[in-house]
Amino acid sequence: MHDSSTAFSLSALVPLIVVFPLFGVILNMLVGKRLGDPWAGIIASLMSGLAFVIAVLQFVGLFLDKFHATTITLAEWIVIGTLKIPWAFQVDTLSVTMMLLVTGVGTLIHVYAIGYMKGDERFHRFFIYLNLFIVMMLFLVGGNNYLMLFLGWEGVGLCSYLLIGFWFDKGAGGVGNARAGRKAFVVNRIGDFGFVLALFLIFWTSGSLIFNDTFKYFEEKGKEESKVTAPAPAAAMPEAKPEGEGGAPSLETIATAITLLLLVGAAGKSAQIPLFIWLPDAMAGPTPVSALIHAATMVTAGIYMIVRSNVIFHLAPTSQMVVALIGASTAFLAGTIAMGQFDIKRVLAYSTISQLGFMIAAAGMGAYVAAMFHLLTHAFFKALLFLSSGSVIHGVEHGHHASHAHGGHDHQDAHAQDAHGGHHVAHASAASPDHQAESFDPQDMRNMGGLRKQMNVTFWVYLIGAIALAGVFPFAGFWSKDEILASAMAKGQWYGLTVYALLSVAAFFTAFYMGRQVFMVFFGGERTDAAKHAQESSWVMLTPLVILAVLSVIGGALNLPKFIPGGEALGTWIEHSVEVQAVDFNLTVALISTGVGLFGIFLSYLVYGRSPMMTMTDPLERLGFVFRFLNGKWYVDELYQAIIIRPIEGFASFAAFALDWDLWHDFFHDTIIAGGFRWFSGFLATFVDKGIVDRFFDGLGGFVRETALNFREMQTGYVRNYALMVLLGVVAVLGYFLFVR
Amino acid sequence: MVPTSYYILLSAILFTIGVVGVLVRRNAIIVFMSVELMLNSANLAFVAFARAFQTGNAVNAAAMSGQVFVFFVLTVAAAEVAVGLALIVAIFKNKHSIDVDQVHQLKG
Repeated sequence: MHDSSTAFSLSALVPLIVVFPLFGVILNMLVGKRLGDPWAGIIASLMSGLAFVIAVLQFVGLFLDKFHATTITLAEWIVIGTLKIPWAFQVDTLSVTMMLLVTGVGTLIHVYAIGYMKGDERFHRFFIYLNLFIVMMLFLVGGNNYLMLFLGWEGVGLCSYLLIGFWFDKGAGGVGNARAGRKAFVVNRIGDFGFVLALFLIFWTSGSLIFNDTFKYFEEKGKEESKVTAPAPAAAMPEAKPEGEGGAPSLETIATAITLLLLVGAAGKSAQIPLFIWLPDAMAGPTPVSALIHAATMVTAGIYMIVRSNVIFHLAPTSQMVVALIGASTAFLAGTIAMGQFDIKRVLAYSTISQLGFMIAAAGMGAYVAAMFHLLTHAFFKALLFLSSGSVIHGVEHGHHASHAHGGHDHQDAHAQDAHGGHHVAHASAASPDHQAESFDPQDMRNMGGLRKQMNVTFWVYLIGAIALAGVFPFAGFWSKDEILASAMAKGQWYGLTVYALLSVAAFFTAFYMGRQVFMVFFGGERTDAAKHAQESSWVMLTPLVILAVLSVIGGALNLPKFIPGGEALGTWIEHSVEVQAVDFNLTVALISTGVGLFGIFLSYLVYGRSPMMTMTDPLERLGFVFRFLNGKWYVDELYQAIIIRPIEGFASFAAFALDWDLWHDFFHDTIIAGGFRWFSGFLATFVDKGIVDRFFDGLGGFVRETALNFREMQTGYVRNYALMVLLGVVAVLGYFLFVR
Repeated sequence: MVPTSYYILLSAILFTIGVVGVLVRRNAIIVFMSVELMLNSANLAFVAFARAFQTGNAVNAAAMSGQVFVFFVLTVAAAEVAVGLALIVAIFKNKHSIDVDQVHQLKG
């Protein structure tokens, strides 16, 4: 592609980014069990860290190469006729951004997981999955063609499934977590179905799946078409789409089809309407998984894919509108649901869906920089929030065990805790931090309260994450969210404004539910013994939190508005890979969104902060059915249950019982085939075999027997009879010789 | 000189007596004797024919073979007697009788 003047180009190192974590997977598979806790985790973290180093080198290499995109081909993968797909990595500003994010946040979460998974019986397996996830995610973001993207896409889906069901023997009825994993897998299949169809269409149209070739085709085709129609718009009007008539659909139609199908894929992976239902259930996985896969990286694959396919999306304005509206609606819907949840991780899950909606909406409006910007900042503060929530759960879990173990003896209790702290933590996680005894749910925010005192570090980093997410100036979330809102405003038209309105409301909800969460968890009085005895997590867990907290504060600096010196850094960087529509900083929008955010926080203070919740009842429950509706997640699961799953199950049982059992098995197999054979074999047995064959051979046998019985009479046993026979014989022979011859 | 036909006739009569004796008598010894009678009737015929084919004192192959055959028959008869009497003794030991009709195990 690009002939590098330097003898050694840093981009040649890019395959190593996959090799290191892959080596970690293999190493831990071979000896992980023997290495055990914590060495398996340390190896995995090291491999992930080395991948991060490679990503940083790519970043440096791009600077040295003046941002030239490079393709590093390892080998051929598929060569069938004109379909040529290599194992190749695309090193450009977009993919390197994602690589940095995946490996950077990934490494922090690996380190955190060493503490979080301490004492788990499947410790090494967890890190095998995590490293495999890193491998697959890097295939996804690093590949230079859609098929490698798809390989990674499916690979991360697999890891997601494996990790959601990591504690497969836990959860409701002992199968709850396994069910959650299955749900995620099945829902993602629907998205993948759309994605695969889109890939077929892309290949069918452009004859290639390699990004550069495909996009070049679409770009040139797009220019040709605009040339044909542009000079004489009036003349072109009657035959609106010249190519559409001859049977071949116009480029715009194809592009719309492709992009809508890609959107289906993105909706599956990035949890958008209507396929978002798997993500909240995915919280059954260990918390580091929720942070890494279901908040920071995997779920953003859909956004990456849309941004990557921007050339095609540009040709299909309709799809862009649909994408933007779906994203905005998801942001709004998930924001409302998040306000009515009690599970600390579930709130964050819906918040993630909501924020993904922001990104999708931005990508739909062509604000790719804003989308990527929010993707990055969101990765920081959402990973931070998830990991801190894991820390909270861990602490409360520990508190629960401590209060039970030493119940009553308050004085001794504190002492014992200090002395045997490490032991208790290990004990708590062995019994699985998420979901355990049904009587006590350590994830229920109603069981918390006042944790600020017991878990000081966690409180501060959580607060930073929450403020960043709520979009308060000058934290990271403010800048990225504001850019999305400004883009929506700048888009104008009815749908731009609709998107803006939905997102603004969603931003208000975000501020409100984050305020609610912080007040419920960290302020007021302890509502349970467990909260009273909660204990701060170890430093191996807190260090990544602090790093992420710093990133959440300063992350906004990645792409400050243009008027600030050094602003638009991410924009200029991404510009080398993606066509960028620069959006100016809009002071009105910024003021409105800040106002909305602060109002949301203030409102949550009024409801939860001013008079801290002392009982297990949420003040919002006074809203009655509205709250129940939100707490019931808009009954989307129930709706799908009613309109999709129930009919499918009905049809399946119809197919199974009526079609397969009654018709196919009973009627066709039993009656027609088996019956027919029975009748035919009966005919053969009674008529042909017994009637003809048997009778013939029985007759033959009978005849022989009769004859033999008759001859038997001759054998008297008396010597004289034999002598007589001899005599007669002799006489006969003599007679013959005498008279005949 | 008695004509050869007379000897042959006598031989035939003796053979017939032997045959009838074998066929009708039950006593194993009698049956045995009848068999001997048949052998000796044959001997008689041999000798008669040998003399009939004798021309003068010259050695004649046909005449000599008749004489010689008689010795063969006598030898075979002696062997037969040895075997046959042994059989009869064996039968008697088993059945305490030498009635041949009692030996009919070959009855079909």
